[in-house]
Amino acid sequence: MTEILQAKDLHKSYKMGKSRLEVLKGLELCVNAGEFVAITGASGSGKSTLLHILGGLDTPDAGYVEFDGGRIDKFGAGQLNRFRNKMVGFVFQFYHLLDELNVLDNVVLPTMASVGSLGWLARRKRARKRAAELLEQFGLGERIKHKPYQLSGGERQRAAIARSLMNEPRLLLADEPTGNLDSETGNGILSVLQSLNRDGQSIVMVTHDERMAERAGRIIRLADGKIV
Amino acid sequence: MYKLKLAIRYFLRRRITSLAVVAVALCVFIVVVVMTVMNGLVTEFRSKNHNFVGDCVISTDSLVGFPYYAEFIAELDKQNFVAATSGAIRSFGLLTQPNAEWNLGVEIMGINAADHIGATGFAKTLHYHALDPENVFIPSYNPTLAGCVVGIDLMPSQRNHSGEYYHNPNPPSYKLIISCFPLTPRGGLAKAGTDLVNTLSFSYSDDTQSGLVKVDGRVIYVSFEYAQKMCGMSGETPRISAIYVKFADGAALDESCDKVRQMWRDFVEANKTRRQAFLLENVSVQSWIENRRSTIGPMEKEQTMLTLLFAMLGIITVFVIFVVFYMIISHKSKDIGILRSIGVPGRGVVELFTWFAVIVGAIGAGIGAAAGCGVLVKANNIEDWLFATFGFQIWDRSIYAIGDIPNKIELHVLAVIILSAIAASVVGALVPSIQAARKRPADALQVNSL
Ligand SMILES: Nc1ncnc2c1ncn2[C@@H]1O[C@H](COP(=O)(O)OP(=O)(O)OP(=O)(O)O)[C@@H](O)[C@H]1O
Ligand SMILES: [Mg+2]
Repeated sequence: MTEILQAKDLHKSYKMGKSRLEVLKGLELCVNAGEFVAITGASGSGKSTLLHILGGLDTPDAGYVEFDGGRIDKFGAGQLNRFRNKMVGFVFQFYHLLDELNVLDNVVLPTMASVGSLGWLARRKRARKRAAELLEQFGLGERIKHKPYQLSGGERQRAAIARSLMNEPRLLLADEPTGNLDSETGNGILSVLQSLNRDGQSIVMVTHDERMAERAGRIIRLADGKIV
Repeated sequence: MYKLKLAIRYFLRRRITSLAVVAVALCVFIVVVVMTVMNGLVTEFRSKNHNFVGDCVISTDSLVGFPYYAEFIAELDKQNFVAATSGAIRSFGLLTQPNAEWNLGVEIMGINAADHIGATGFAKTLHYHALDPENVFIPSYNPTLAGCVVGIDLMPSQRNHSGEYYHNPNPPSYKLIISCFPLTPRGGLAKAGTDLVNTLSFSYSDDTQSGLVKVDGRVIYVSFEYAQKMCGMSGETPRISAIYVKFADGAALDESCDKVRQMWRDFVEANKTRRQAFLLENVSVQSWIENRRSTIGPMEKEQTMLTLLFAMLGIITVFVIFVVFYMIISHKSKDIGILRSIGVPGRGVVELFTWFAVIVGAIGAGIGAAAGCGVLVKANNIEDWLFATFGFQIWDRSIYAIGDIPNKIELHVLAVIILSAIAASVVGALVPSIQAARKRPADALQVNSL
């Protein structure tokens, strides 16, 4: 199996007044292509911090992340933007959809952002078709014109997943995708992720819900800043 | 594409943006209105002064005057860059009426009507002789009388209650008696007894409304010969007080004045051995701006002051806009985090908010400018209405020599104001958006960050 993601000796700490709060203390992690990995740990153990670092949204104090053999800390600004845009898809605990755009526009946003105005005009139709198909697939076919605030939590999370998949990323990073949902809706989201994984999508999911974690291919536990 | 699209959405969906629009609109409105009125007042005032003296003035402050003027005028008239010249007597006198027990100190101005209307804007200030200004000293009710033109504010109450001047259809006929102080070339009072005439009776022929308080309230024009005689300036070596020159179209003011100055220096040099040549030494050659400096200066200072005040207002505007944008964009920190997390470059975020600022600035400036122009166009109607309804007048016409409120909108000034407002908006948006774009996405995503 080929490795898609590798974290080497990650350190991260936050300033807390005079002292420092060490969140990650030499964390090592390896994810293979096509894997579905669940990361669990107590609240405040640094799961979100880790996921942000893996997705290039945050930088570690020491150590590095390798994606497909390339170190993302060595990426230039343009490369890093392309990495965030094309290589990884992020699903946040709190959905993070843009309130001003409707569901469809939220989902096409990653494609829109990756091309210029002319490129967008050329690609617009195809992109909107793909977005509509994704939303259809997640059961939101009827809601594409709605604004995020008109959707339920579960619907928003599915829209967010659709957005993260828009540019067909190599790796899906999901931070507690079921954290704010009741167990039934959460189960639905997990089913979506599982079926994506069956189609070959690599996924790293953070959760503190053991039952959700069990549905992933591999469970990693985070404690005291390290994988245990 | 997402930039413009999101910018428009942000503009449409955020109520706070309407505050930013209103802030921009208000500032543009005020600046447009005040700048236009102030500019108009200054321009009008300058042109009134310009009308009064022509382009260039060769004059002496001495009441004695200077001799040999006819030769110099002849020389001037030969020049290509000179369009017209007018020699004038300026002195002081006493005004009274037959059998009256009052008298009034006035300024006497002796001119040749035909020359003076060529060299200055005198004709435009007349009422009854607006169409035949060369005959201004001929009273229409009796052409055999010696006429005089009276500064309009010297006339007994020729204004209605709102301060507008009015005229009877026909000029009233009344006599004015003017006495002057004839002076010798050395400045002594000329001895009475010889052929001196220092008191003459004139008939009202017209009035002059130059719009200059000191002129309209003090000056009486009579024809050149009478004035010269009354001031003791005729005789063997006739003297004059001033020569007003109008330059040909297209002649540069300062350059032409320099030429006249040089001519005058040469003239003084060539005549320095003649009688009374010392009187030529006190003569100065000035452009109309230099000549009227003391009158225009305070007005221009006021304008500079106002411009400065409005520059400060501009800084406050920029600051207000800055604060509004700072708040909006801080509020959008999460969105910036989201955009960055899906790979939007920092530059893209900045562009997005720049578009947003341009939209807010352009619409705000557009509204402000339109409202400003609307108010200006209707300014005089509004003032009339205020006066009719509340008796309120923005400028008391009994104090200010203003006809209408100036409301000529200068397009380039308007464009500069609008562009400045948009620029201010962009600057206001640039700082917080650059700051936000520099953040790591993970930090920007902290929901409550401000
Ligand atoms: N920007 C920050 N500044 C200071 N401390 C931070 C910051 N972000 C996170 N922390 C701290 O780092 C620790 C780890 O935070 P993190 O969000 O990664 O935890 P988590 O495992 O995702 O928790 P949860 O399960 O509640 O989401 C927490 O103690 C948190 O207070
Ligand atoms: Mg978390």
